[in-house]
Amino acid sequence: MTTQSHIRNFSIIAHIDHGKSTLADRLIQLTGGLSAREMSEQVLDTMDIERERGITIKAQTVRLEYTAKDGEAYQLNLIDTPGHVDFAYEVNRSLAACEGSLLVVDASQGVEAQTLANVYQAIDVDHEIVPILNKVDLPAADCDRVRQQIEDVIGLDTENSVNISAKTGLGIEDVLEAIVTQLPPPSGDRAAPLKAMLVDSWYDAYLGVVVLVRVIDGEMNRGQKIRMMSSGASHLVDQVGVFRPKRDTMATLGPGEIGYFTAAIKEVADTRVGDTVTEERRPCDQALTGFKPSQPVVFCGLFPTDSSEFEDLRDAMAKLRLNDASFEFEMETSAALGFGFRCGFLGLLHLEIIRERIEREFDIDLITTAPSVVYQLAMTDGSMMELHNPADMPDVVKIDHIDEPWINASILVPDEYLGAVLKLCEDRRGRQRNLSYAGSRAMLEYELPLNEVVFDFYDRLKSVSRGYASFDYQISEYRTGNLVKMSILVNAEPVDALSTIVHKDNAENRGRAMCERLKGLIPRHLFKIPIQAALGGKVIARETIAALRKDVTAKCYGGDVSRKRKLLDKQKEGKKKMRQFGRVDIPQDAFIQALKMDD
Amino acid sequence: MLSNNWLSIVLKPDLPPLSIYLHWPFCAAICPYCDFNVHLMRDMQPQQWRAAYFAELQYAFSQRPQGPVQTVFFGGGTPSLMPADMVADILSEINRLWGLAPDAEITLEANPVSAPQGHLADLSAAGITRLSLGVQSLDDAALKFLGRTHSAADALAAFRLAREVFAHVSLDLIYARPGQSLAMWRDELACVLAETPDHVSLYQLTIEPDTPFHRLHAAGRFAVPDEDSAADLYEMTQDMCAAAGLPAYEVSNHARDGHACRHNIASWRGGDYLGIGPGAHGRLSDGQARRATIALKAPQAWLAQVEAQGHGWAEDKALDDEERRTEMLLLGLRLVEGVALSDMAIGGIQLPPERHLALQQAGILLPSDSHLIASPQGRLVLDNLIAELLPS
Ligand SMILES: Nc1nc2c(ncn2[C@@H]2O[C@H](COP(=O)(O)OP(=O)(O)OP(=O)(O)O)[C@@H](O)[C@H]2O)c(=O)[nH]1
Ligand code: SF4
Ligand SMILES: [Mg+2]
Repeated sequence: MTTQSHIRNFSIIAHIDHGKSTLADRLIQLTGGLSAREMSEQVLDTMDIERERGITIKAQTVRLEYTAKDGEAYQLNLIDTPGHVDFAYEVNRSLAACEGSLLVVDASQGVEAQTLANVYQAIDVDHEIVPILNKVDLPAADCDRVRQQIEDVIGLDTENSVNISAKTGLGIEDVLEAIVTQLPPPSGDRAAPLKAMLVDSWYDAYLGVVVLVRVIDGEMNRGQKIRMMSSGASHLVDQVGVFRPKRDTMATLGPGEIGYFTAAIKEVADTRVGDTVTEERRPCDQALTGFKPSQPVVFCGLFPTDSSEFEDLRDAMAKLRLNDASFEFEMETSAALGFGFRCGFLGLLHLEIIRERIEREFDIDLITTAPSVVYQLAMTDGSMMELHNPADMPDVVKIDHIDEPWINASILVPDEYLGAVLKLCEDRRGRQRNLSYAGSRAMLEYELPLNEVVFDFYDRLKSVSRGYASFDYQISEYRTGNLVKMSILVNAEPVDALSTIVHKDNAENRGRAMCERLKGLIPRHLFKIPIQAALGGKVIARETIAALRKDVTAKCYGGDVSRKRKLLDKQKEGKKKMRQFGRVDIPQDAFIQALKMDD
Repeated sequence: MLSNNWLSIVLKPDLPPLSIYLHWPFCAAICPYCDFNVHLMRDMQPQQWRAAYFAELQYAFSQRPQGPVQTVFFGGGTPSLMPADMVADILSEINRLWGLAPDAEITLEANPVSAPQGHLADLSAAGITRLSLGVQSLDDAALKFLGRTHSAADALAAFRLAREVFAHVSLDLIYARPGQSLAMWRDELACVLAETPDHVSLYQLTIEPDTPFHRLHAAGRFAVPDEDSAADLYEMTQDMCAAAGLPAYEVSNHARDGHACRHNIASWRGGDYLGIGPGAHGRLSDGQARRATIALKAPQAWLAQVEAQGHGWAEDKALDDEERRTEMLLLGLRLVEGVALSDMAIGGIQLPPERHLALQQAGILLPSDSHLIASPQGRLVLDNLIAELLPS
C-alpha cells in the first residue's frame, strides 16, 4: 500500500498530435510496465480506428511504479487524453481525477488552439502544470521560441519545463523526476467513508461493465457493498484493480489512487460519469459536484444502403452505444431513404468514427445525410420545439422564430494566412471578438453559428491555411437567426434527405453550390435530370444533368458475351451503392458530398 | 425485317442453325490495344495444330452432331497466317462431320501484311468466301500509334486485291482515337467509303484492361475522346455510312444489302456456335438446355489437353434462365432489328407498356408492337439501357 505522499496523479494534455501517446509509451517503457516485446507505438491507442488514424479517441489510465532519484518508490497514475476537440469531455473528466498535468507542446509547432483550450481547463481545476517541450529531435524544433510563447500566451512559468523527444526517449527520466518533484500528492482521509469519483466506464466482453474511479476518501475493497449516489443503486464489488497497462487485480484502492472495479453492473448506462461512489452502509455526507453530461451537437441520419439491414444497424448502434454514451440515436423514417436512425454526435470526427466502425465492425453499408445542429423553434402558439432534422421542419406559418446555437471559436494562425481565415469566418456569418498576436501568429476569437462550422469549416480552415491554423470551440448560446429550410428537388421530386437549414442571406449561394455539386455527383441517366433548390415553393437555383450520350461496348461477339455478362453483374453491384429516387439513382455518398463548399 | 427467333431457337425442340468459330491464336506482332487471346507465332507446328483442331472438331461433333453447318468463322489472332492447306483440310473435316450447307458463309480474318495475292487465291480455293481485313486506319501516323506494321497504302492495296478474289470483303477500322477530331475522321471515313466496300466494321477505340494501352492511358500518356465527342463521332459515322448505302445492322457493323455477316448475325440472334481452338467460346443447344463452353486460353495448355482428352474445353455448363435472358438482350439489342417481345416474354423479361412508351419518348426505343428495338440514339447507350431493362 502506497502512502499518499508517494502517489502522483497526472493527465497528459496537448494539442492533437503533439505526442501525448508517444510520451506515455516512453513512460510505460522506462518504468517497466511492458517489456520491449510487448511494446508498440502508441500502445494505449488500442482501438483499430485509433491505430489507423494515429489519434487517441478515448482517454486511457495506466499505473506506473517508479523509484525516483531520492530512492523512494512512487505510484504514478497516468491518464493519456485525446487532443481532438470532439473529445474534449474526455480531457475534462481526466483532469478532475488528477492533481497535475503534463502539458506537451510540439517544439516544432508551438502553442496551438487545443493547447490553450486544454491548459485553461487544467488551470481551472487548479492543476500544477509541467510544460514539456516535445519533438526536440526535429530540425524545426525551437525550444526557446516555444518557451517564450508558453510564457506570453498562456502565462505559464517555464523555468521547470523539460525538453524531450518522446520518439528517441531523450529526457524521459527528467519527466519522471519532474512528476515526482513538481506535482503535488493527493490528499484524502483513509478513515473516512468511501468517496470515489466515477471517471469512466466501459463494457468488456469478459468482465462486463468496468468502472474507472478516483478514490477521494476511504477505501474501496473487494466484497464491499457500494452505492452510486445519483441513482441510489447498490452493487457488490467483485474485482478491484489497476492497469499497468495490463490488468492487475488487487484487494484495495486507497485514497488518492486511481483504479477500476467491477460489480456485476449490467449496462454502462447504469453508471454515470462524474457520479460519486460511496459505501452502502456508511455513505459519505456530500456527493461530488459531478460533470456536465456531454451533449451531442451534431445530428445526422444514418440509413442502411440495403434496407433489409435495418435491424442489423439497430443492433450495431446499440452495441457501440454500450461503450460510448455520448452517441445518441433514435429511429427515423425518410421518404427518400426508408428506415434509419437520427444520430447525435459530439462533432464531425465523432460522427465519422462511429460511421466507420459500423461499416467495418458490423459490415453494414451506410448512407449518411447532411449533418445538422439542434434548432430551437418558437411556435406562434407559444410552445417551443427542438428540431434535430431539417426534414421535420413544421410549416413556416406556425413558426414565430428560430434560434440556433452559436460557438466561441479560437483560431491560431500564422500571420500570412490571417486574411484567408478572416474571410472564411466572415463568409460563415462570424463575428470577430478579438484579434491578438503571439509573435507572428494571430490569435483570433470569433463567434460563429455552429451550423456554419459543423460540416466542413475545419477542412476549409486547414486548406486555406495550408494546415497551419488550429481551431477550438465551445458552445456559447442560442440566438435567433433568419433561418429557412432549403429543399432539393431531383427530377422534380423533393429529396428529404438533402434538405438543409440555411441562413436566408446565404440560401441562394448555397442552393447554387448544392445543385452544381449534385450535377457532378449524380451520373448521367438515359434522360435529362433537372436539379433544383427551393425555399418553400420558390426555386432559387437550378442545374440540369444532360442525358447520357454514349455507353456501349464497341465489340461484342459470341466470344465476348460471357465476359460482358460478368461486367453487367458488376455494374448491378455498383448500382446497389445507389439509392433510387423516382427514376434517378443517387450515389450514397452524394448526400454528404453535395454539401461540401469550395467557398 | 429479318425474323427473330432467339428464344424459340432455345426453347423449341427444333435446333437452331449451327455455326463454327475457330480460333487461331497467333499474330506476327501484338498490337498494344488488343485484348484478344493472341500470341506471337513461335515454334508453331502446323501438323500438331491441324491434328488438334481435327480432334476438337470431332469432339464438338459428338456433342452437337446435327448439321449442316451454315457459317464458319476463322478468327484470331491472324488466321491469314494459317497455311491455306490447313484451312482446306479443316473445312473438309467440317464437311465430313456435319456437312457444310451449299451456301455456307466462310469468313477468315486477315491482316494486310499477311495477305499477298497468291495466298488469298489459295484461301479462296480452300473454301473461304468472305475476308475481313484489319485495316484499322488510313492514316499512317495513327497506324503507327496503333502498333500496326503496315501503311495505309499497304492496307488499301490489300483490300483492292482481296476484292478481286472474294465476293465478300469487309474492312475493320478503329476510330475515336486520341486527338481525332470530327473533321479528321470525316476525311478518313470518306476515303474508306470511296472504296465502295460492301461491309465495314467501325469500332471506337476501347482501352481494355491488361493491355499496354491501358497502362499508357492510366499514366496519362494519351487521352481518348470524352463521352460527348465520342457520341458526335459515332453519330457522324452512322450518317456517312447510311448515305453511302452502308446502313448499320449492328452497333459497329454496316453493310450493303446482302452483305451482312451471317455468322455474327446468327450468334447475335442466339444461334448455336461451336468454339474450336484455344480460348474459343461456344453456345450449343442440348435438349431444353443451352450450354456455354470455354476452351483453355493458353495455346500450349489447350494443345496438351486436346492431345490428352480429345478437346480443350475447360468449362462446359448450362446457362441458367437469368444468364440466358441477359445474353438475349446483350446480343439481340445490338442488332438494328431488335428482339421480339414474344421472345422476351418467354425469357421472363417484362417491360411495362408505360415504360416502353417513356423510353420511346426519350428517343431510346423505336415504336414497335412486336419488337424491342433500340433507336440509333439508344444503341449508343445500350449498356446502360440493358442494365435498366434487366430485373435486378
Ligand atoms: N520526430 C518526433 N515525432 C514524434 C515525437 N513524439 C511523437 N511523435 C510523432 O508525432 C505523431 C503524433 O504522436 P501521438 O503520440 O500519437 O500524438 P498524440 O498527442 O497522442 O495525438 P492525439 O492523441 O491524436 O491527440 C506520431 O507520428 C509520433 O510518432 C518526437 O519526439 N519526435
Ligand atoms: S493483329 Fe489483330 S489479333 Fe493480332 S494483336 Fe493485332 S489486333 Fe490483336
Ligand atoms: Mg494520443
